[in-house]
Amino acid sequence: MQVPAKFEYERADSVPHAIELLERYGPDARIVAGGHSLIPMMKLRLAQPEALIDINGLAELGRIAVEGDELAIGALVRHAELLDSTTATNLFPIFRDAERVIADPIVRNRGTVGGSLCQGDPSEDLSAVFSALRATAVIQGPGGTRTVPLREFHRGPYETAVAENELLIQLRVPIAPGTGSAYEKVERRVGDWPVAATGAVITVRDGVIAQAGIGLTAVGAEHFCAPEAEEFLRGKAPGEETFAEAARIAAEHCEPHADQRGPADFKRHLAGELTKRALTRANLNVAGSATDPNVAGSATDPNVAGSATEGRI
Amino acid sequence: MSYGPMHRKEDARFIRGRGNYTDDVRLPGMLYGAVLRSPHAHARVVSIDTSAAEALPKVKAVITGQTLAGLGLAWMPTLSQDTQAVLATDKVRFQGQEVAFVVAEDAYSARDALELIDVEYEPLDAVIDARKALDENAPVIRDDLEGRANNHIFDWDAGDRARTDALFEQADVTVAQDMLYPRVHPAPLETCGAVADFDKVTGKLTIWCPTQAPHAHRTLYAMVAGLPEHKIRVISPDIGGGFGGKVGIYPGYVCAIVGSIVTGRPVKWMEDRSENLMSTAFARDYHMHGEIAATRDGKIQAIRVKVLADHGAFNGTAQPTKFPAGFFHVFSGSYDIEAAHCEVTGVYTNKAPGGVAYACSFRVTEAVYLVERMVDVLAAELNMDPADLRMRNLLKPEQFPYHSPTGWEYDSGDYPRALRLAMDMIGYDKLRAEQADKRARGELMGIGVSFFTEAVGAGPRKHMDILGLGMADGAELRVHPTGKAVLRVSCQSQGQGHETTFAQIVGQELGIPADDVEVVHGDTDQTPFGLGTYGSRSTPVSGAATAIVARKVRDRAKIVAAAMLEAAPDDLEWADGKWSVVGDPATGKSMAEIALAAHSNLELPEGVEGHLDAVTVYNPPNLTYPFGAYICVVDLDPGTGQVKVRRFVAVDDCGVRINPMIVEGQIHGGLADGVGMALMQVMAFDEDGNHLGASFMDYLLPTSMECPSWELGETVTPSPTHPIGAKGVGESATVGSPAAVVNAVIDALGPYGVRHADMPLTPANVWRVINGDPFRTDLAIP
Amino acid sequence: MRITVTVNGQPHTREVEPRLLLVHFLRDELSLTGTHWGCDTSNCGVCTVQLDGVPVKSCTVLAVMADGHEVTTVEGLERDGELDAVQKGFVECHGLQCGFCTPGMLLTARALLDRVPDPDEGQIREAISGQLCRCTGYENIVRSIRWAAEASQKVAESEARQ
Repeated sequence: MQVPAKFEYERADSVPHAIELLERYGPDARIVAGGHSLIPMMKLRLAQPEALIDINGLAELGRIAVEGDELAIGALVRHAELLDSTTATNLFPIFRDAERVIADPIVRNRGTVGGSLCQGDPSEDLSAVFSALRATAVIQGPGGTRTVPLREFHRGPYETAVAENELLIQLRVPIAPGTGSAYEKVERRVGDWPVAATGAVITVRDGVIAQAGIGLTAVGAEHFCAPEAEEFLRGKAPGEETFAEAARIAAEHCEPHADQRGPADFKRHLAGELTKRALTRANLNVAGSATDPNVAGSATDPNVAGSATEGRI
Repeated sequence: MSYGPMHRKEDARFIRGRGNYTDDVRLPGMLYGAVLRSPHAHARVVSIDTSAAEALPKVKAVITGQTLAGLGLAWMPTLSQDTQAVLATDKVRFQGQEVAFVVAEDAYSARDALELIDVEYEPLDAVIDARKALDENAPVIRDDLEGRANNHIFDWDAGDRARTDALFEQADVTVAQDMLYPRVHPAPLETCGAVADFDKVTGKLTIWCPTQAPHAHRTLYAMVAGLPEHKIRVISPDIGGGFGGKVGIYPGYVCAIVGSIVTGRPVKWMEDRSENLMSTAFARDYHMHGEIAATRDGKIQAIRVKVLADHGAFNGTAQPTKFPAGFFHVFSGSYDIEAAHCEVTGVYTNKAPGGVAYACSFRVTEAVYLVERMVDVLAAELNMDPADLRMRNLLKPEQFPYHSPTGWEYDSGDYPRALRLAMDMIGYDKLRAEQADKRARGELMGIGVSFFTEAVGAGPRKHMDILGLGMADGAELRVHPTGKAVLRVSCQSQGQGHETTFAQIVGQELGIPADDVEVVHGDTDQTPFGLGTYGSRSTPVSGAATAIVARKVRDRAKIVAAAMLEAAPDDLEWADGKWSVVGDPATGKSMAEIALAAHSNLELPEGVEGHLDAVTVYNPPNLTYPFGAYICVVDLDPGTGQVKVRRFVAVDDCGVRINPMIVEGQIHGGLADGVGMALMQVMAFDEDGNHLGASFMDYLLPTSMECPSWELGETVTPSPTHPIGAKGVGESATVGSPAAVVNAVIDALGPYGVRHADMPLTPANVWRVINGDPFRTDLAIP
Repeated sequence: MRITVTVNGQPHTREVEPRLLLVHFLRDELSLTGTHWGCDTSNCGVCTVQLDGVPVKSCTVLAVMADGHEVTTVEGLERDGELDAVQKGFVECHGLQCGFCTPGMLLTARALLDRVPDPDEGQIREAISGQLCRCTGYENIVRSIRWAAEASQKVAESEARQ
């Protein structure tokens, strides 16, 4: 079996301690949380950090809570915990949609929200989700915290706004009444990375779309979003033709690359098809109807381990 | 009666985590090996610098091709009379080929040392597309073979070409189709590996290794390394799945042996998953062109096939010597066909060797896929229902034993009964009505039928050997004085439950509980010679040997019982598991009573020795021919290309079922293979020969979510040649199911006029097929 | 680095390299070879153990990360000579063939039943979807877990009556 190269290991006991350790070890240190992106890369020796800073003990990063008109999700929240959080999934069914198709139940028990975003994989599901939600990333460094809109968080493949001496600590998602959301993914097999996937979030006021968020992943969409399609939707009444046109625009503006998941033209096609489907389903759960008809009856996901207590590590 | 469902004897250890797999073997002073592999598909090895690796404190030895050349071990014979590099000396010929071997104090240090070996390569153009391997300007891969100026390995044909061609010329209707059975890998969850322990004092070499054929390995080690065969002991402990991938000898095994000889300590080597997928036996890789000739009303008259077989860089396929394409020539399938002919050309490419692996029954998989796809193509041409077309052409029960146009003698079968049962179980007509309704609404569902005939249980020694070793199996049975028995067999379970099934056979024959029979296997010092477990041959060959040896013991017991009863043996009858005087059941002597008497001071007739044991070697008179009818239902999303298998009915006839629970388990696993191969599993390569499926992230195996709840049915047509009428079932479902799934998907795509698409039918491939633009699934996606 | 991991209720203290994977800690340091490994990329799930009661892939957890935590392996399922219901279910329903994925499947099954005592087929399939089995086509694994759920319920009912 493949095994990692040698490294130093430090356990952080607070966020400032983690930052101090990052400063001490410099650019060759990496934060490890769930480890489900990093450790396989280290085993394959595609990553050889000199030091790992383990933040699994930082309980303060593991909470999910409504704070004012925002939903706050700690960076250390495990995928399984987000899936199991009715606070999060009732407000935003897109979380339930997406978390049920991210990796597999056992990986989800360990992998974290922050880790997924910081890995910066161009096919990351949660990048599309938080981009669609117009979330804000809270980043802490030696000088304190700063916020970065998720749509400015990714600087390129595997590159993020988090500096070498900083830590992503939280995601904040704006809550607006009349919002519906959904996620659609095509994968070659359960547990695989997406061939393409789309998240849609729409806020409807007075019968028209006041705000739209479209998140796209694995299709070469800059910042995992489709601003032209979102702009098109704003001010229009939700409906089949409107969604179809928005989907066409979204597909037109992405730049997918061929790989073993599929050729570029197929991925572009999917960007459109899945945008249309996600918008349609998002519209169905607008206006307080938090229950998505497609997942009715399966509110209890059997795979989320442990108790359903919010914020448990 | 001992036949019937019975909990497995093996389970007690496995559910407690007490199995003993190769990586669980720990010996005092054991060292750990790791293999350095080629990043290139084709390159000249200019130099190898091992000094930095050797300087690492925990490294004990670094072995290269040069080291091995000094021992005459740089090359080893393959199972197809070719040679294969153990560690590269001149060139590397596929990505992942073995280049150097490190031995260190622990596994982590061995890995670290690999990073420090500096190999200079001179990259060469690679032959990746098999269809270009015979081009005039193609690089010659095997320039190590004297006089070799191209990449051609063999041409082989079977059947009657002239008669077949004549039928084609006169036929009302002919159809033709190109199809690829792509390169796949059996990917057992336990990778390959070995623990080698050479004792310099006794000269004895002990190898723990997950081999499906321990006796064949021992003989080959003796031949390759020149070690005396009685000083070699191969122990095949519990195996975490084999599926044909653990038949051959891999370079890593030889390296572990050399490592132990060089260091004087035991050496363990376990490959990782990428090594497993990149270098051990692949399966299939058949580029086929099929044609069928038929009458207008759907009577199939002839079938012919041309195959280009990609064998990789070394011809390492494992099959009986006479048959370089395995049993592919059973491709006339389950149908009453006048004539058939196939031509197979084997070529070298810059890919890993292998070819016959993965539950293929020596390429019956490819044959069944070919004919079952072709029948559907014909059905589309004739606008006939594919089940009706099959029913019209299936062999009739009265035609058995049936002599096929390519030389097989099918032993027994009632094919129409099996197909009718499958159609009833799934509700075929109702499904067709549902499909019509759905089509009217623009929704896509498909119903796929496949019917297979397998040829398993290799095989008659006259026709079948591997490297000159005839394919007969020994068995030894000893009944202890208290009536408990020990059976020793040469075949090797990889999960098939031999410890249970074979005990049931003995129990049945001797009238004792199966729990009173211990089955010993997997240790060449403890068991008689035999060729091992693959090609569904355990029950057909070793199972037959078991029944025969038990009957020999029973016959011996009869003489002892006669002495006990002071009767003539001819006056005894075997009834209710006892020998008794004819017509007087009260005189019955049980096997336990007889066994004790056989070891006692009871006076036995002149010439009869005491004790109760026997040995036998079973040389099968013919293969056995299991068959089955499979029907698959899929739903297809034309917007995304996603296929969902909704239902799968499998009616199998494997003759007499010894343990139906185990039989059904074997079928379940094979059906999942069919879904996997049809929808996701493939090993493709880019133009430089980079392996695009070298981990489980990219070589996708089906999970619980892609598999439906299997619906099984059975018919029983005993084999007339097997002593208990059993036929073997280990590979039936893997052989029969891919065509059913593919046929279902193509059926769903009927409204688009699609007649064929190559596996795997991933969302991308399905979408491209819908758009009239399918891609080569063996190459990088454009 | 010195770590103490409680495995199957028993604390074990060892000096380990930070890079040591939990699966190797269990197999090589503690000789608990019931936990297997099958890939390098966290896909196959045969290395699944419970970490504080939650199924995790032990090939992707560092041993040092388990310091101070509780691990349950297949060897810990049998209590006082009594097999766990999931172990019995796998025997009853032929839920294993080669046995290689079995320990991981058993631990996931146990965790599922702890959380959802009466899971339906869909919930079972989803729960085991991160673990590969090459032998059973999953059918009998699903049945085995259902068997365990039903057997446990029968025991609970009869205890409730007493």
